Amino acid sequence: MTTLLEVNDLRVTLATAHGPADALRGVSFTLQAGGTLGLIGESGCGKSLTALALMGLLPEGADVAGSIRFGGRELTALDDAAYSALRGDRIAMVFQEPMTALNPLHPIGRQIAEPLRLHRGLDASAARAEALRLLERVQLPNAERRLVAYPHQLSGGQRQRVVIAIALACGPDLLIADEPTTALDTTVQREVLDLLDELRVASGMALLLISHDLDLMAAHVDRLAVMYGGVIVESGPTRAVFERRAHPYTRGLFAARPRLGTDRTMPLATIAGRVPALHEMPSGCAFADRCTLAIDACRSAPPPATMVGDGHFVRCIRWEMAS
Amino acid sequence: MSAAALVEAIGLGRRYRLPRESLLSPGAVVQALDDVSFTLQAGTTLGIVGESGSGKSTLARLVMALETPSAGRLCFEGRDLHALARATLRDARRDFQIVFQDPFSSLDPRMSIARTVAEPLEELAHVGRAERRERAAAMLEAVGLNAAQDLDKVPHEFSGGQRQRIAIARALVTHPKLIVADEPVSALDVSVQAQVLNLMQNLQQRLGLAYLFISHDIAVVERMADDLLVLQHGRVVERGRPADVLHAPVHAYTRRLLAALPRPRWQA
Repeated sequence: MTTLLEVNDLRVTLATAHGPADALRGVSFTLQAGGTLGLIGESGCGKSLTALALMGLLPEGADVAGSIRFGGRELTALDDAAYSALRGDRIAMVFQEPMTALNPLHPIGRQIAEPLRLHRGLDASAARAEALRLLERVQLPNAERRLVAYPHQLSGGQRQRVVIAIALACGPDLLIADEPTTALDTTVQREVLDLLDELRVASGMALLLISHDLDLMAAHVDRLAVMYGGVIVESGPTRAVFERRAHPYTRGLFAARPRLGTDRTMPLATIAGRVPALHEMPSGCAFADRCTLAIDACRSAPPPATMVGDGHFVRCIRWEMAS
Repeated sequence: MSAAALVEAIGLGRRYRLPRESLLSPGAVVQALDDVSFTLQAGTTLGIVGESGSGKSTLARLVMALETPSAGRLCFEGRDLHALARATLRDARRDFQIVFQDPFSSLDPRMSIARTVAEPLEELAHVGRAERRERAAAMLEAVGLNAAQDLDKVPHEFSGGQRQRIAIARALVTHPKLIVADEPVSALDVSVQAQVLNLMQNLQQRLGLAYLFISHDIAVVERMADDLLVLQHGRVVERGRPADVLHAPVHAYTRRLLAALPRPRWQA
């Protein structure tokens, strides 16, 4: 296996109304070619920001430190033109809301053809033929007729298939899918994710799946990283993370989700307090103020990554008490 | 049923006419809801499960008397809601309130929390300004917010979970008997969702509220509901106690919904 993506100590500082805020505070992970990694966490933990940093799409005034190595190239040093050549070609992204990701004024055939004309230099008829092939690949019924359809004429699931077709157009090495099925019905969600799995296996691309849904992760990624307060607090093989739940935050997430067949007279477990705002991130463990196991040492310095199993890491000095 | 139901729907139907596509022919008709019947007893929860277009939200709008049914009747405490005179209906509205999915768009960004929560009381003429504020404060405390601190803030100063608590406080301020909750936790993070679900269960026990609880998440519905309706294309395809329906589904559609739940790879 070769390493496709290596993110090392990635730090992103955003300009906010309260001054500069450290939104990513040292994120590190690797993704093998053809591999799958899930980023899980709640609003504001930095998972979408990580995706935007990989895509070179950070907001104006954001400051990046650390390293993103992709296929042997350092991405943090790329200029806009070089990033544009990479984006949509080697790295593609599927966003949450297919209605806003598509241009309502252009027929979908033209939107699928766009990256092909841009990155592959195909002429109009070759791009159209390739667009048709892609629509068939994402299993959109009546693909030929649909080339001239507009986004509003498609259902949510069909639109997300179109967005996936656009992302796959140039055969990327890495697909980043940010909550790709959150806006879709359960049965459609299943179809879209099964399709993504199928396409990934067939093409050998790697998948970075971003979601807040633990069950989705268990079904679709081999490795899982749990984010909180701009750092990865636990990472490892998905099954090991599910079975061990070494970080107290990981435990909290698992306990809070309603599951079929549980006793409804017992209240759901909750995590006390709330996520600290970006400008008031503590200097030690970001979770300490909500953690029942926290001691003084948790607040004095950010906890280092400790290995708890094969390829399984946790940033918690109290993990032995938690698991 | 022996006791009169709080809500009774009998053969409820709702058709919509789509905008016409040609000048000469009328637009097509969509049957959004078709022959839906159920009873909801006071203090209990009826869960509604179904996918987009199944008629869940149409049902919510009919129960809230925001729309009139094309067929059937909807009775609230034995009175046909859609046959009431306007003034009577307005008075009756204090007994049923709604909580929407998205706490970011369901609160007026320029209105203080005190006004937002007390707004339903403005329709009830006998409640004066001071009492409105007092009742808003009591409701904020009931949903776990700090009235003294929060009454004069505006929505953007709150997180998603706190906003949904505010929306619940607003629904509670008229002391309703029924709350229609249309996907009330779908937009919330897992840990916040757990807090709001616990709060709703707790309020039900304390205040004897009934919920019409609409959700696409069957694990959430199983936790909240005493009875369950599964809707598909506007029709009830399965009904019963959640444990029975979800553990021994009879209808193919219910089975398909359950089969679509993600399963860990290591159990596949």
